Parts: sequence; C-alpha cells; structure tokens
Amino acid sequence: MAFLHRHRGLTPYLLLAPGLAWLAVFFIVPLGFLAYQSLQSGNFDVGYAFSWAWGNYWHAIRDYRGHFIRSLEYAGIATALALVVSYPVAYWIAFRGGRWKNLLLLFIVAPFFVTYLIRTLAWETILADNGFVVRTLQAVHLLGSGGRLLATSTAVVAGITYNFLPFMALPLYVSLEQIDESLIEAAQDLYASRWKAFLRVTLPLSLPGVIAGTLLTFIPAAGDFINAQLLGSPQNHMIGNVIQSKFLELTDYPAAASMSFVLMILILMAVLAYARAVGTEKLTG
Amino acid sequence: MSATEALSATRPGHGVAARSWTFVRRHVLTVYSSLFFLYLLLPIGIVVAFSFNHPVGRFNYVWQGFTWDNWRYWDGVPGLRSAIVLSLQVALLASIAATILGTLIALALVRYGFRGRGATNLLIFLPLSTPEIVLGASLLTLFLNLNVAFGFWTILIAHVMFCISFAVVTVKARLIGFDRHLEEAAMDLGANEWTTFRKVTLPLIAPAILAALLLCFAISIDDFVVTYFNSGPRITFPLFVWGAARIGVPPQVNVIGTAIFAIAVTGMLANVLVQIRRAKAAASV
Repeated sequence: MAFLHRHRGLTPYLLLAPGLAWLAVFFIVPLGFLAYQSLQSGNFDVGYAFSWAWGNYWHAIRDYRGHFIRSLEYAGIATALALVVSYPVAYWIAFRGGRWKNLLLLFIVAPFFVTYLIRTLAWETILADNGFVVRTLQAVHLLGSGGRLLATSTAVVAGITYNFLPFMALPLYVSLEQIDESLIEAAQDLYASRWKAFLRVTLPLSLPGVIAGTLLTFIPAAGDFINAQLLGSPQNHMIGNVIQSKFLELTDYPAAASMSFVLMILILMAVLAYARAVGTEKLTG
Repeated sequence: MSATEALSATRPGHGVAARSWTFVRRHVLTVYSSLFFLYLLLPIGIVVAFSFNHPVGRFNYVWQGFTWDNWRYWDGVPGLRSAIVLSLQVALLASIAATILGTLIALALVRYGFRGRGATNLLIFLPLSTPEIVLGASLLTLFLNLNVAFGFWTILIAHVMFCISFAVVTVKARLIGFDRHLEEAAMDLGANEWTTFRKVTLPLIAPAILAALLLCFAISIDDFVVTYFNSGPRITFPLFVWGAARIGVPPQVNVIGTAIFAIAVTGMLANVLVQIRRAKAAASV
C-alpha cells in the first residue's frame, strides 16, 4: 500500500493489468494465430505450413458464397423480425408496465434460463411433422398435405429470431423507458395525432435502442450454426456450419480460419453500411 | 393495472371517438403483448412438459404419457452426471475469476484518469461484438499451434475470457452512479486507501459484484459454441445435449433443463417481488 501511495499514477494500470492481460493473451493473440493459420497450406496428415496462401480466402469465397450470403440473409431477416415483433412489447412495458415492469422484464429474459440447445430442441418438437402447428397449418391449407416446417429456411429463421429476441427487446425497452413522457404529451398538446407523435417523437428518441438491439441480434445471428443444424436441412446450412465442420470434423484448419475472417469482414461491412444508413453520430453517441 | 388508470385519469378525453380509439389501442397493445409472452414462454413450457413424458423409443418428440420416472432417475443416463459436474465446476471458477478481473478493470475505468482509456474500452467491447464462433475458432488455433492439451483448463480459460467483458459492464454501471463523497469522508476521517476500499467502497458495490457473478455463471453454464471448439475430450452439459441431439435426446435432459430454469427463475422472482413490494411501500407513504 505504501508503494501505491508513492506511485499513485500506477494504481489504474495495476488494476487493469490482470484482466487486460487475460484478454490480450486469450482474445487478441488468438486472432493473430487465426490469421496466421488462415494463410497456411498443406494438409492435416503432413502438417500445415505458413506460405502466404491467400488462395484460401479466394477458395472460401468462391466455394461457399451461398453459405455466406445465406448467413447474412437469415441474420438480416431474423433481426428485422425481432425488431418488429418486440418493439410493441418493449413500448408496452416501458409506458404501461407500472410497478410490474421488472416482472415483465423477467419474462423477456426467461428463455435465457433454459439452455440454448434445449430451447432450440423444444422448437424442433413444436415444429415437428406430426406436431400441432404443422397439422393446423395443413388443415387451413397454408401448408400442403405433405408440407413441413422442419428442415426449411422458415424454421431456421424462426429459431434464430426466437433465440436472440431478448437481445433486441432489452435495449429497446431501456431506450423507451428513458423517454420523458411529457415530450409526447407536448406533441399531442400541439395537435399532433397519437400516431404522428409516435413517429416524430417516440420513435426517433428510441433509435439508440433500435441500433443497439439490431447489432446485438445481427452479429451473433450471422455466426450461428445451431439453429441451422437442429431446425434446418443441409440446404439451409450457414457459414457457421461449414466453419464448425472444417475445424472439428474435417480438420481443414486453414480453410476454416480464412472463412472465419471473411465472416468477420462481412459482418463489419454490414455494420458499417447500417451505420451509414442510420447516421454514425447516432451509432457512437 | 393502477399506473394505466392513473395515466388515463390525468389525460382529458377528447370526445367519445377519441376515447374509444384510445381504449381499443391500449387493449390491442395489451393483447398483442400477452400473445408475445405466450410465444416467448411456449418452448419453455414444452421443455418442462416433456420432462414428464414417457417416451417410446429414443425420440422424446411426441407426448406419450405422464411419468415421474425421469425425475426420479435423472441420473439414469450414462455421462449426464459427469457433464453436469464439469459444467458447474467451470461455471463456478470462471465466474469468480472473471468477476475479480472485471471488477478491477471497472474500478480503474471509473475511478482513475489514465492514458489508454480508449484502447481499454475497445478491448472490453470487442469480445462482446465478435461472433462466438470466431472467439472459439481463434482460441482453438492458439491452443493447436502451441500444442496445448485440450480439456478442463482450455475450457476454463475460454470461459473466463468471454465473461470478463460482461463483468466489467455490469460493475461499471453501478460504479458510475456512486457517490464519491462517501469515500472522501472516510479518507478525511483518517482511513487509508485500503481501509476505505474495504469498509466503504466494497460494501456499496457488493450488489453489482454479485450481479456480475451470477451473470457470468449463467453465461458460462449455457455456453456451447466456444466450449465446443476448446473442450477436447471433455463434455459439459450443453455438449452432452448436442451429442444426444444426434441420436435422440433422453427426457432426463429436459429434467436438468427444467431444474436450471426453476432455480434461476426462483432467484430472480424473489428479487423482483422484493422490489415490487418496496415500490408499493414507497407509493403508499
């Protein structure tokens, strides 16, 4: 302690050191190794050697373009669905929740307390071929008599939407909850209709929540492979499925590593494009 | 809902049409939200219900009949108990380690001005915005290239890594709203820095530390993707479910899923009910 007194300027660095060292060694350095691995060539039996093999990236994009596009597409649709589905509920809790707010928020995060894989398997049960949902849809002819939900892109997108819904709903709630209701009342006093007051006051003020929720949903969704594996067929597989099997089943490490980087770059580009569309000052502020 | 009534009472109605429109609107939102919660909780209901199912054959997809057997013989599936034990061990150690490291970082970030604050914030934020598959894959390449044997330690290292940022964010949120005058008062009364920390700071941020601990525990015990990449031969509970999903999930998995859910929700519910009672007491004063 006496040492700390003599070197007060050192204290923050001493506090930071262990945690940041952990992140540096087990998060930043591994990204370097991933980059290193992605430029190797060879095969598992003779071993891989570093050779600036940029071809790995080229092959990843050429051979798996469909998987990359599908990942962004599924994640994009699921994010949009999650936004549309959960906005009214976040609004309802924020403005009408009263003292039940915390209880309702608990309902929102309840799915997180059931292991991710188990709740996805529950959707497998719900959407099963002889299940209630499929039979109802068949009865009202929304689905052909041999039609199914499992092993379709609909099931995969529905699964992703469900699994990441709390990531969307919570930031939406937080930003809506902070809105001063007198602003909305002022708009209405100035003869704005309820709908117009919503569009011109509430919605813009909740934009930080929309942006945070969108990013928190889209980023993990684009890398997901569990929903595609459990609820989809090989035709619905996303790039995560390919990366996973190349790493852990086919031991084609350089290919898998280069795909991981392409995925990260695509996500980054999507996030930047989104930031341009909504305005960067809103993203950072 | 008293808050709703209070709200409608304070706002003068603008004629019958406007008032009935308000009525419809308010209830549309309530009905929609109820349906939303039904959708959110449906898979959880399925998980709980099928823990009491008496499946015929390997697949626990179709309701066959009620039984207590799965609960009575929860341990009847080979490998399940050791998977749960491993998950609990990792979650306990990882949440303690990550909370300590994260609390120290949060203290440095909120309390001290130092060079490199921006870089530190970025390093905390990055793991949160990286898809899990990339976190898992990069750590895998690190261990592969350094010839580290996969097992308990690699799982633990990975879990501490992805928990630190969550711990920092949780504790930081509490520290920001913290009255520094209390600490200054303690120092004025002759307490040194360490005593002040122990007697004043620590008790005040204890709830945030506990929250961080619980959050890290929950995230760790639920993690599949990063663990899958770095577990080697060891099997955690989510990995057990993944393996079982290919050959038919035994109903005992639903039993464990239900138990985890029940424990987590009971804890959260107790907390929320205390808050509601407090709010009610405050309102009646």
